[in-house]
Amino acid sequence: MARRRKKQSIEKLKVSANKKPINGSRAGDVCIFIFLVLLGAFMVFPLYYSVIQSLKPVEELFVFPPKLYVINPTGRNFSDMFRVAANSWQVPLSRYIFNSFFITIVICAANLFVCCCAAFVLAKCRFPGDKIINQIIVLALLFASNATWIMQFMVMAKLHMIDTYWALILPSISTSIGLYLMRQSMSTIHDAMVEAAKVDGASLFRICWQIVVPNSKPALMTLIIFAFQGAWNMQGGALTYSEELKTLPTVVQQISAAGLARQGVTFASSVVLLIPPLLVFLVAQGNVMETMANSGMKD
Amino acid sequence: MAKKTQGPMNKQGRGAYTWHMMKANKGCYFMLIPFMIFFIIFTVVPVVMSLPMGFTNFNMIQMPKWVGLSNFYTLFVNDDVFLIAVRNTLIFAIFTGPFSYVLSFLIAWLINEMNAFLKTFFTFVFYAPSMTTSVYVTWQLILSGDSYGYLNAVLMDLGILKSPAQWITDTKYILTVVIIVQLWMSMGAGFLAIRAGFQNIDKSMYEAGAIEGIKNRWQELFKITIPSMGPQLLFAAVMQISTSFTVGMVGQNLVGLPSTDYAAHTIMNHATDYGWVRYEMGYSSAICFVLFAAMLLANKGVNWILGKYLD
Repeated sequence: MARRRKKQSIEKLKVSANKKPINGSRAGDVCIFIFLVLLGAFMVFPLYYSVIQSLKPVEELFVFPPKLYVINPTGRNFSDMFRVAANSWQVPLSRYIFNSFFITIVICAANLFVCCCAAFVLAKCRFPGDKIINQIIVLALLFASNATWIMQFMVMAKLHMIDTYWALILPSISTSIGLYLMRQSMSTIHDAMVEAAKVDGASLFRICWQIVVPNSKPALMTLIIFAFQGAWNMQGGALTYSEELKTLPTVVQQISAAGLARQGVTFASSVVLLIPPLLVFLVAQGNVMETMANSGMKD
Repeated sequence: MAKKTQGPMNKQGRGAYTWHMMKANKGCYFMLIPFMIFFIIFTVVPVVMSLPMGFTNFNMIQMPKWVGLSNFYTLFVNDDVFLIAVRNTLIFAIFTGPFSYVLSFLIAWLINEMNAFLKTFFTFVFYAPSMTTSVYVTWQLILSGDSYGYLNAVLMDLGILKSPAQWITDTKYILTVVIIVQLWMSMGAGFLAIRAGFQNIDKSMYEAGAIEGIKNRWQELFKITIPSMGPQLLFAAVMQISTSFTVGMVGQNLVGLPSTDYAAHTIMNHATDYGWVRYEMGYSSAICFVLFAAMLLANKGVNWILGKYLD
């Protein structure tokens, strides 16, 4: 029996060496698939439902029992969103959208830059102090959470950065999670590649950006996902209080404070808030797959 | 890339050697500087500052006043709400920590056996909730306390409930409800890291395993897969700890701050309450400090368990 299995599996190997896992039964596959679909449905339902609600005209919004589809989809809720924002806070919604995009793009770019530079030296160079920095980074993974908000606020206040773009941008530039991700991935790159470049006289900076970073594309994509998501969802909170500097999530929160009464607009704004990170995720995730499939260099 | 040579050296010699190595590698330090500047100002300083701040009374207006251990004393002896918060946080941590960790791993593993399209699709499906910060409204609709709340309506139609349940205000349900919503959002960074870990495993390992006589999925999982993704598992564990100990936002948005009878009050909520609502920064820092200590301890524990298993 065992021998037959072995033979089968070797034959399978020959037919489709890289397509299917070697072990596992058909029935198991079906069960797993059903399990995932059910769990997936639970995960997606609230998101799906908010998209549906955001497209419903008023007549359909409050129908009970609720319908899981739209009969006459409308863009009213989305245009109402602009009107509500303009009426309530004297600042057009486009300003908040601009703020969010501006902050997100600056943070992503700066975050990628500093994390890649630092991760490269920590992964590929030995110098006095590298071990202790590595340890601090791992500790900081734990601490880089909302528990430091209060102290961060005080630091900001000391630096006179409260109520400026800087208050939103600067704290998110050096993230320990970004550094850790990049370092982990870069340390799997062969030293031989780095050495070769060194012999050819490339500077550390060039080695980092022309050899090591392009070779850790999956980690880079993951970092982009995290950075974008973190920055995009950032609520200014106490750091920025002028209307002109508030970000989209803050405003969406203010809109949804009206609760179920302004349902259409609330759902529309939460959908708008969700779209950019989803797009970034899909694009980046596709890239991860692509590079994973043909990432070369083995012994 | 110079390697440190090992050997007996006197103190002065070692100092000079270190200095020499630092000079030889000054390029490395230049590359580190941009990161370190922001890191020190916005992460290290706030964390380090929260310890001495915990020993003071500070209201953001007057200078901090040193009060010794009194904040910590009040916290553990006189503050009943804090003890409730500790209990709740531990319950949260158990469910959204280990439970969601294992669930992330399980889902990532199951997804990994599919074709490329389904892989991307399911990753997307499970990761999407953690990207949202604002679909609480949907949950509010589902959990609404009158008979028009979707959950109530369904349960009453099925005859399970006689009258509508107050999902988000009744102390019986609050904690459970918040845990479920938290779990729904918890397939985040850890999940992605584990997914990536599965991708990194060399396919030839499985082929070799099949020839060596590994019979089913479970054996494959425990003999090949888990041992070869140590770093990702550790990373996911750290992320899980830090998110599960600092839960609070979901509860705050869903059931309000404070929740009825503090039923879903976590340590983080408590710190927010004192920090942002009552402006007692010293006390709030003391709370955060206790939280840090708890996270450190949990991390040590997890490292110990995983380290034992991985090697």
